[in-house]
Amino acid sequence: MSTFKQHSILPGFNLALGFTLLYLSLIVLIPLSAAFIRTAELTWLEFWTIVTTPRVMASYRLTFGASFAAALVNAVFGLLVAWVLVRYHFPGKKLVDALVDLPFALPTAVAGIALTALYAGNGWIGQFLEPMGFKVAFTPLGIFVALTFIGLPFVVRTVQPVLEDIESELEEAAATLGANRWQTFTRVIFPALFPALMTGFALAFARAIGEYGSVIFIAGNMPMISEITPLLIITKLEQYDYAGATALSVVMLVISFILLLIINLLQWWSRRRSIES
Amino acid sequence: MSIEVLNLSKQFGSFTALHDVNLQVHSGELLALLGPSGSGKTTLLRVIAGLETADSGQVLFHGEDATDQHVRERQVGFVFQHYALFRNMTIFENVAFGLRVRPKKFRPAEAEIRDRVMKLLHLVQLDWLADRYPHQLSGGQRQRIALARALAVEPKVLLLDEPFGALDAKVRKELRSWLRRLHDDMHITSVFVTHDQEEALEVADRVVVMNEGRIEQIGTPDEVYEQPASPFVYEFLGNVNLFHSRLHRGRAWIGDIEVDAPDHPEAEELTAVAYVRPHEIEVERTRNGEAVLAALVVHVLSVGPIVRLELVRKNDVDTTPIQVEISKERFRELRLVKGDEVFIKPRRLDLFPNHHNRTSDAVQAR
Repeated sequence: MSTFKQHSILPGFNLALGFTLLYLSLIVLIPLSAAFIRTAELTWLEFWTIVTTPRVMASYRLTFGASFAAALVNAVFGLLVAWVLVRYHFPGKKLVDALVDLPFALPTAVAGIALTALYAGNGWIGQFLEPMGFKVAFTPLGIFVALTFIGLPFVVRTVQPVLEDIESELEEAAATLGANRWQTFTRVIFPALFPALMTGFALAFARAIGEYGSVIFIAGNMPMISEITPLLIITKLEQYDYAGATALSVVMLVISFILLLIINLLQWWSRRRSIES
Repeated sequence: MSIEVLNLSKQFGSFTALHDVNLQVHSGELLALLGPSGSGKTTLLRVIAGLETADSGQVLFHGEDATDQHVRERQVGFVFQHYALFRNMTIFENVAFGLRVRPKKFRPAEAEIRDRVMKLLHLVQLDWLADRYPHQLSGGQRQRIALARALAVEPKVLLLDEPFGALDAKVRKELRSWLRRLHDDMHITSVFVTHDQEEALEVADRVVVMNEGRIEQIGTPDEVYEQPASPFVYEFLGNVNLFHSRLHRGRAWIGDIEVDAPDHPEAEELTAVAYVRPHEIEVERTRNGEAVLAALVVHVLSVGPIVRLELVRKNDVDTTPIQVEISKERFRELRLVKGDEVFIKPRRLDLFPNHHNRTSDAVQAR
């Protein structure tokens, strides 16, 4: 024990570590391992057949592709929203600030129904988009819209505090050295924001992968076209195919884990280059 | 390059930061803006840099109006109190920043950038830190890098905002004399802001003392210390003793002591305050028949070559202690101990009529 325990004036290291491990086991690890154990009922061949059917493969592409695209869009526009909220003063700013959290607080089914009503062919927005050739509701595009909606707060809320902490002196210093606004942003501000932006992106991405409620309403759920993996899992559960459902879960879990690990590594790498003193 | 500031005023809400300020900075000099916090010194510096715009007035660089010029075009080097180094860049890239952001046709070749940056790092004696990041440096090193970065763009003037304010006392002192030597080598017109009078007096060619958005006095360190133009400057620069006195037709009285007051020939029965520096008070054991003030020694501090005495006047309602500084030799002659009675007389004093009955402003009276 004493080999890696450092002496500290803060008491309770053993107790705190023990509790943390127990808590994580109970809340995270045991439920997750249950999925693996359940999957173990299958042979490798059965497992491989279930997780690689064309319908399932299409759903992976859709889930991860739409989530990635939505997180990317959120990273760009979330940064913009955070920028406006931090840098400018305008009437109703507090209200706009509160609005950002709405996708977070809203039951996802409500969001799904609302978005579907808006983007359907007879909806407020859909009636204008459809004649122009954009069909949003009941297509992969609709899924992308829903995932963008629910992911926005993650980017805004992670970037905002970091942006608030950037001293105006840095920008002033860049200006006295002859940099224009664009150079100041790309060379000074953006690198400082990048780690936070990556965190926000990762959170929005992770949230989108797991999203179910808002998507099923707007997706139309057509096999091979607009069917997400979580929906397939539910379908299998409803057919009492527990092993098949957990097999898909395990695949999603592993892919998500790998993706988040990559993002974390990127983040660690970029943060290492710019640690605060 | 000379800097000229004409009738500059600046208001932050109801707070007046600058009140009709006029200032001349001569080409190649090192000027200190000295004042307590809230005196407007930093605002003045930022207006000169173009980081702040004044409500009215002009800033001239070398006789040319620069009031409406953007910071980018003013070619000023600015050093911030908290360094403002770019965290995500190495020390080398920090210094190279000003060269790299230049438009393509004015940007030096990579080899030349390398050359110039290394020269500057050598100048600030930190070339061995080129590949480090700012968080790996000490405060003093960071400020020297900030200075190198400001110098990289070959600014016409160098502006420093409390450059040593965030450093500890020892590093402060070192950097102070280092800055002075650097300035002597480069002769770039420089203005620095400080609230530390010792720093201003030690480093600057001329000192501008500011208070409440106005300039109280401009002069060499010697002038502002030896001939303060106002009670404020007297009290802000160094220790000073205040004596109540009476002023009448060119004569003044402190207790029984009568002195000439040639600056106030027209004064009629005014009360005034006499300002006397601690080292300009004579101390005697006996009266010698002269008019003197009797006092008691209440404290003796005899560390170093100067002995500091704290006296209290006898038979007087005025109980504020009087600070006196005498040399160690004189102290040995007098053999003073706590409780001794002494007789004192100011060698030199400045009189400022009290504000409530003044006939002329204290500043003009000199």
